[in-house]
Amino acid sequence: MGAEFVQLSLTPILIGILAAIACALPGNFLILRRQALIGDAISHVVLPGIVVAFIVTGTITTWPMLIGAAGAAVVAVIIIEAIRRVGRIEPGAAMGVVFTALFAAGVLLLEQTDTSGVHLDVEHALYGNLESLIWFSAEGWGSLLDPQALAGLPPELFRMAAAAFIIGVLTIIFWRPLKISTFDEGFAGAVGVPTTIFSLGLVIAAAVAAVAAFDAVGSIIVIAMFICPPAAARLMTNRLEIQVLWSIVFATLSAIIGYVLAGYGPLWIGRDHAVSAAGMIATVSGIILALACLFAPHRARIGAPKEG
Amino acid sequence: MLNAFLEALLFQAGYNTALVAIGAALLGIAAGGGGSFLFLRKRALVSDAVAHATLPGIGLAFMIMVALGGDGRNLPGLLLGSALSAMLGLIAVEWITRNTRLAEDAAIGAVLSVFFGFGVVLLTIIQTMTRGYQAGLESFLLGSTAGMLYQDAVVIAIGGSLAVAFVLLLRRPMTLVSFDAEFAATSGINVARMDLVMMGLVMAVTVIGLKLVGLILIVAMLIIPPVTARLWSERTEHVVFIAGGLGGLAGYLGAAFSASAPDLPTGPIIVLISFTLFAISLLLAPGRGVLAAFLRHKRFQIRVHRRQGLLALARGEVILEPLTRRVLRRERLIRRDGVATEKGRAAAAKAVRDESRWALARQLYQDETVYSRYDGLTPIETVLTRDEIADIDRRLGPPAPVM
Repeated sequence: MGAEFVQLSLTPILIGILAAIACALPGNFLILRRQALIGDAISHVVLPGIVVAFIVTGTITTWPMLIGAAGAAVVAVIIIEAIRRVGRIEPGAAMGVVFTALFAAGVLLLEQTDTSGVHLDVEHALYGNLESLIWFSAEGWGSLLDPQALAGLPPELFRMAAAAFIIGVLTIIFWRPLKISTFDEGFAGAVGVPTTIFSLGLVIAAAVAAVAAFDAVGSIIVIAMFICPPAAARLMTNRLEIQVLWSIVFATLSAIIGYVLAGYGPLWIGRDHAVSAAGMIATVSGIILALACLFAPHRARIGAPKEG
Repeated sequence: MLNAFLEALLFQAGYNTALVAIGAALLGIAAGGGGSFLFLRKRALVSDAVAHATLPGIGLAFMIMVALGGDGRNLPGLLLGSALSAMLGLIAVEWITRNTRLAEDAAIGAVLSVFFGFGVVLLTIIQTMTRGYQAGLESFLLGSTAGMLYQDAVVIAIGGSLAVAFVLLLRRPMTLVSFDAEFAATSGINVARMDLVMMGLVMAVTVIGLKLVGLILIVAMLIIPPVTARLWSERTEHVVFIAGGLGGLAGYLGAAFSASAPDLPTGPIIVLISFTLFAISLLLAPGRGVLAAFLRHKRFQIRVHRRQGLLALARGEVILEPLTRRVLRRERLIRRDGVATEKGRAAAAKAVRDESRWALARQLYQDETVYSRYDGLTPIETVLTRDEIADIDRRLGPPAPVM
């Protein structure tokens, strides 16, 4: 746990934790609203967004990518809504139509574009590159107090921290209306909560989290963190406040254990290559959810008739 | 390029290409038909979980086959592994939905991301294996871009025809279950088993489509054609057949198109052709299409304007509203200067007469459906019998002419 840890593992772990929390927070509400798969859809449509941004600007700098990805997410939400209304198609299927088509368009554009000079491919979009976000200028724990070394921190860390911070603050500010409109939309409308704005805002917050996290960690973590930690937390308690806290705990645990297992696990069993950290974090979050499904105190559905 | 496309379309571009095109068409038919049942049962996205859950199976199958000293890239072996892990994923979705308070969408998302994540872990292990060299397993994510091996094409063609036969054989009970599960149960069909069969079909389509379309996009072949077909028809069996046809068409065109030029990956092309068919349908389909809705609105608007125009004529008012004038002009009910013609006066008198008939009818038949049928547009002749109208007319007295 010395200089090497700080240099190679500290920032990826921190970014992983921040990404996990940023996704898990909106995930809590999405799960309760039965919109869990919105995260899945958003993380697919991010691909055409960044490809178009690359084609337009010719570089893979941060801002065009983020704007492109966010734009694609908004476009997707609008098309889904349009298909649902015009064609009277159930939302799940409408979502399936739109995100697969947009993802296919992204892949095709990517194949047709000359991306030999830059690091942009589908695998990167899926797995991210958490392992490569190392802190070159760090020489040990002391570097945390050294402004010169701190300046060398990977920019993804600040971006992810900003996204997590914004989403956290928004969740706290809008806690009451968000909670009311999630549990009883009719009541929320009656007491004057603009429910449409809140459900749209939630989707946008999810998109922001997905886009920011996607850049650093890839879409697997995004989808897994939207769903697994909140779902496991849902089985731990009946109170939303406590559920959100549990989901943060689970997200953090997944990120730390997952990263450590991916980076150091293979060494422990005598192999010398690390495995995908993104994949491992998703796997760990799945194991946590599986344990919650088997042992959590509030796992059973109460009041529902048993299906025979 | 057009030439190459036509060649591929007409099976002139070589044996392999033809085989792949036929296989893609068969796969499209099976996926469209099978996906319809899933879509009508409102479980379209379960297929997404099934598809993503194949990845760890592929990785494990590769590792086991290498460990046994074989060639890790043996396609039937990989497909068997993918089918087993897809089944496990499906069982996990069902188990979570049934035994915990989590809803199906959360279960789908959890299984999808966790299985996929674990699969990626396995892929990175394989990449570093001494005998892993270029395993090429990444091609299962998005399908193969380049030409396909002869054996692979044969596997796709055979698997595709089996899946189509499967859909044809079981379409009756599956239609019943997806249309009305309770009725199906009372007619003696084991609904749970049919659900399982449906999922088996989805799994088969997924596994066969892995090599061609890839596990991320195979969902599109199961969802887009049924949704498109639903726009065209309100009848279950029609939806299944139309979806099969559209899926087959997209598969065939996509395979031919992608064979005609480099850098045109088969999977995305098939999906985009499917989506194009969907977009055209959304525009043109009767009933649910955008154009049909627009025309419906237009016709309604004209009826309202005609009616209100006639009533205005009867009251002797000058009509200034341009659309109303146009509608009445077209039927020669008014002259160019806005004065009613002979025919217009007659129609106006009839409109006023009908209004008073309606008013009286609504007093006489207060408790009956007649009362609620009044919307200012429905002709009274379509609601009451001739005798009833004659009775109303007797009470109203003779009609007044419009001057």
